[in-house]
Amino acid sequence: MFWRDTWTIFRRQMILSLRNPAWVLIGLLQPIMYLTLFGPLLEQVASVPGFPPGDSWKIFVPGLLVQLGIFGGFFVGFAVIAEWRAGVVDRMLVSPAPRGALILGRVLRDVVSLTVQGAVLMAAATLFGLAVPLYVMGLGLLLVALLGGAFSAFSYAAGLALKSEDSFAPLINMFALPVLLLSGILLPMSLAPRWLQVLSDINPFKHVVDGLRAVFLGDILSMTAAFGFGLALALMVLGLWVGARVFSGQVK
Amino acid sequence: MAETSGEAGAIHARGLRKTYAGRKGQEVVAVTGVDLDVAPGEIVGFLGPNGAGKTTTLKMLATLLKPSGGTANVSGCDLAADPLGVRKRIGYVSQAGSTLPDAPLMLEIESQGRLYGLSTKEARRRGLELMEALDLGGLERRKSQNLSGGQRRRLDIVMGLIHRPELVFLDEPTTGLDPQARANLWEHIRRLRDELGTTIFLTTHYMDEADSLSDRLLIIDKGEIVGEGTATKLKAELKGDSLTLTFSGGEAAETGEEVAAGLEGAANVVRQGNVLFLNLPDGARALPGLIKRLSDAGAEPIGAELSRPTLDDVFLALTGRSLRE
Ligand SMILES: Nc1ncnc2c1ncn2[C@@H]1O[C@H](COP(=O)(O)OP(=O)(O)OP(=O)(O)O)[C@@H](O)[C@H]1O
Ligand SMILES: [Mg+2]
Repeated sequence: MFWRDTWTIFRRQMILSLRNPAWVLIGLLQPIMYLTLFGPLLEQVASVPGFPPGDSWKIFVPGLLVQLGIFGGFFVGFAVIAEWRAGVVDRMLVSPAPRGALILGRVLRDVVSLTVQGAVLMAAATLFGLAVPLYVMGLGLLLVALLGGAFSAFSYAAGLALKSEDSFAPLINMFALPVLLLSGILLPMSLAPRWLQVLSDINPFKHVVDGLRAVFLGDILSMTAAFGFGLALALMVLGLWVGARVFSGQVK
Repeated sequence: MAETSGEAGAIHARGLRKTYAGRKGQEVVAVTGVDLDVAPGEIVGFLGPNGAGKTTTLKMLATLLKPSGGTANVSGCDLAADPLGVRKRIGYVSQAGSTLPDAPLMLEIESQGRLYGLSTKEARRRGLELMEALDLGGLERRKSQNLSGGQRRRLDIVMGLIHRPELVFLDEPTTGLDPQARANLWEHIRRLRDELGTTIFLTTHYMDEADSLSDRLLIIDKGEIVGEGTATKLKAELKGDSLTLTFSGGEAAETGEEVAAGLEGAANVVRQGNVLFLNLPDGARALPGLIKRLSDAGAEPIGAELSRPTLDDVFLALTGRSLRE
């Protein structure tokens, strides 16, 4: 039942998305936009002391992938608020479907769409000059999937718990900036003052970025890589658990 | 373990209660303690003014809200111990709609059917059949935002019936329907019961609907059941004809209220502004005398209307409010 219902929800969400040409187009253009807008800056930034040494694309693309995973999932909570308002959430909650399937089906749609976007991003980056083996790309996509899944689950949970765009939007903003800055995706944290570095070390996404960079630089079996992927996996599991709790907690 | 003492389709609730946490820690009591019994195959109308607790009661019985107190057995499953069993056996049409505005109808119908174990194909087949029956034929490729209000309401009903539940909760199913669509839905509801033996528990604000569609009525007010029975029985209980007296002003009506209250046989005296409602045995004979007494008290009515009691009068007598808006 669980997987069948998960598939039912996934299929519904996927068809809804694919029927929306703007969603498809923007989804495909966004990664390419990231590259063309950030790319020219890259050569300058990569020479800044403090960024890890190595091919600048191998530093930059993992950062973009992590950013894609995080921000791709961040905003989906708005959609569940709209669904709740339309009575769709209640309708599904009176059905016998397992609560976990209601959220997992939604999360999987986001995971699939982010993985496709990640693939487009890496394909484009290859044209720009990124040179990594295919299995490294595969690991990159895996990380996008894990992070995207985690954030989409958290976002659905927060959206459904708050049920108001007006409270959800500030919450998202509050998280977005520190997560982005402190992860060292755009600017190396080694440039930061000591106290910021400490904050950054606490930020799990910094370690996720570091982990993926290690993979791209060829240190696949390093602790850094294992730690980054482990964190992403843990976040995804936690996100799904919280999400399922929030869905079943609607009945109270 | 799931308790299965009740029969399929039936509802037995005892002391069902719901309080919401309000502001500053004070509680809003939405449902004070409802006892209700519905037999399999019955069509029961649940009547009550806005805010009476109809939706809250339905949501509790449909597993969408946890009762703050009391017990219920719904379609053979204990509400607290086996909510999943309840969910499998019931259909629920919420007052607030059920489909995403930009989703195509058939997509919503298919996903709904699948969540109840139907194949996509079967869901589609039944969906088309139900849409045809509820005059939605040919609209299956539309988005629900491009339906009229009444069409969307009927779509909600299609969604709630797709899995042929043995018990259906309909929360104000006919709101926004034109008279013809309403009559058509009534007929469909009766057919469901007659052909499939479906139990139907529906809320409504329309007296004619309650009167002609339901086998039995439950009247709820301020979270409490205040009346129960067939429409005929409820009307007979009013004892007498309904009399409506209109006065020139509120003050005259107040005087009239006092006079009427002192009248032998008068019952259910309710005043709303300058209008007075009461029940009077053998009204045609008693009316002239009453008018004389009112004139003597300086409160001569400017209008008087006498009628056989309607459900509306029953409602007014039980709740002190009129359902007519
Ligand atoms: N989530 C909530 N929090 C606090 N109070 C609520 C909540 N939902 C409903 N109420 C209150 O509970 C009472 C019963 O509401 P309910 O929706 O059950 O009424 P109803 O009989 O369905 O009315 P209507 O005919 O307007 O649909 C009302 O006073 C309402 O304000
Ligand atoms: Mg209601």
